Amino acid sequence: MLRVESLSKIFSKGSTNEKLALRDVNLSLGEGEFVTIIGGNGAGKSTLMNCISGVYEIDNGRITLDSTDITFEPEYKRSRHIGRVFQDPLRGTAHDMTIEENLSIAFAKGKSVGLQAGVSKKDINLFKERLQLLDLGLENRLKHKVGLLSGGQRQALTLLMATIIKPRLLLLDEHTAALDPTIARKVLSLTRKIVSEENLCTLMITHNMKASLEYGTRTIMMHEGQIMMDLQGQERKDMTVDRLIEQFEKRSGAELDNDRMLLG
Amino acid sequence: MSVMVLMGSLELGLIYAIMALGVFISFRTLNMPDLSVDGSFVLGAAVSVVMSLNGHPFLGLGAAFIAGCGAGAITALLHTKLKIQPLLAGILTMLALYSVNLKVMGGRANIPLINKITVFSPFEEILRDYNKLGFSLAVLLLILFLLFLFLKTRLGFVLRATGDNDAMVRALGVNTDSIILVGLALSNGLVGVAGALIAQSQSFVDVGMGIGMVVIGLASVIIGEVVFGVSSLLRRLMAVILGSILYRLIIAFALELGMPPTDLKLVSAVIVAIAMAMPVFKKRLSVVKRKMSKTPHERSK
Ligand SMILES: Nc1ncnc2c1ncn2[C@@H]1O[C@H](COP(=O)(O)OP(=O)(O)OP(=O)(O)O)[C@@H](O)[C@H]1O
Ligand SMILES: [Mg+2]
Repeated sequence: MLRVESLSKIFSKGSTNEKLALRDVNLSLGEGEFVTIIGGNGAGKSTLMNCISGVYEIDNGRITLDSTDITFEPEYKRSRHIGRVFQDPLRGTAHDMTIEENLSIAFAKGKSVGLQAGVSKKDINLFKERLQLLDLGLENRLKHKVGLLSGGQRQALTLLMATIIKPRLLLLDEHTAALDPTIARKVLSLTRKIVSEENLCTLMITHNMKASLEYGTRTIMMHEGQIMMDLQGQERKDMTVDRLIEQFEKRSGAELDNDRMLLG
Repeated sequence: MSVMVLMGSLELGLIYAIMALGVFISFRTLNMPDLSVDGSFVLGAAVSVVMSLNGHPFLGLGAAFIAGCGAGAITALLHTKLKIQPLLAGILTMLALYSVNLKVMGGRANIPLINKITVFSPFEEILRDYNKLGFSLAVLLLILFLLFLFLKTRLGFVLRATGDNDAMVRALGVNTDSIILVGLALSNGLVGVAGALIAQSQSFVDVGMGIGMVVIGLASVIIGEVVFGVSSLLRRLMAVILGSILYRLIIAFALELGMPPTDLKLVSAVIVAIAMAMPVFKKRLSVVKRKMSKTPHERSK
């Protein structure tokens, strides 16, 4: 369960480039809720995620995760309860290390980091089992360096790493944007599978309008650092991409200007 | 080259390999250019010589390691807590260590260690002339073994991942600041041990003996990578050691050719510059080759 209360974020405070990236955002996610986020360039979607995960310190507001106030917790501490997949496939894995080594680090989340063996036999079997679910043949390549994998394979691996220890919250920032459409679809359906099997509370930013309605249980639309629209239930079921754009333009009085936005 | 020169180079190569392994940890594993090395090398040497003068040569080796760790920890804290760039943090520590080293040496710029028991003395009877070589080799192998094991532990994994992708390590719940602290401490600890062994081997410590150490360490790492490859972790570590020995042989060869010893640092700098430029050279070469193979075709048009 995530609770964001009157969250504000200002970049370059006090300089001429001052930018109010988030204005008084309120958002509450219930158990197992899967929220997709859409919005134009610079709407503040990534900033919202980075504030929740602790990459940025916030200027005002409060963030609670499962009734723990994490507003002032450093990024690495929050990460023990938050899984993340970034847009850039290079950011989620250590490319000079093997698949097995990457998974071992992910699997050690929340445990003490000391002089115990980096990988254990027992873990390897579990890794193979989990990798099999990805259906990419990675279970036979445990000793291969991650640098040798394709972008899609890496994102699938990162997704697995983010969820191998069940997180209380999963944050996905356009994690399929850098992939070609076929692979993107595969990673998306994998995402859906993992999220529903583990009943994960999830926030997913996407630039694909159709996917935003197709995946998840709720859709929010951001504009100029605010949540413009919050769709759930029947209203969401009846929504189409065309009507979504129409609604957005009516409410924001602006055109949807995301150059990467996919309508279909 | 005479056998004596060869043996001398080998001995130096083995000892400096310990320092190069330290440089490998900061520059390669952590991906951080740490210049404190020049200072922590002398710190290790000074601590070890002072301890030897008081009759504790072996304890001195351990103390040199711990002192080096301390120096590395300071660089790490300057970087992680005070947000000073790694290069500058290292330079600050190096500068501060110059004064600290003089303090350790009781205000003298150099201290001889003649007719005192050194770490090599107990092996004189069994190993004869090879006592320095033998003991240095033993220490190096022990360090290689422990370092290899360490890099296979969970902490070792996280250390490697921090150099590779620190954002990922934080996203997986680990405080990268503490990992950098451990890495730089270990790195400079090894450098301290190397400084100690060199001081013991040449029977003196000089406050200026650390100048350019970081470049020598880096030269060894790069020569090793270019000549021996980087395919596996063990191979990378072995390559550092062999690179260090090769570096000493190159220097010995240059001296044999009549180069004045005062030019050594110049040669070191040139070697590192060339080695660092390797990728650029290779690229240029392939472009030139492509152009050459293309020309006849273009002409026929
Ligand atoms: N580190 C930063 N420093 C200064 N300004 C920033 C920083 N990060 C983001 N911004 C600004 O904050 C605003 C929101 O950016 P954000 O990255 O959250 O947008 P977004 O909704 O993720 O857009 P996109 O769809 O392009 O990814 C933008 O105006 C951006 O220029
Ligand atoms: Mg973004």
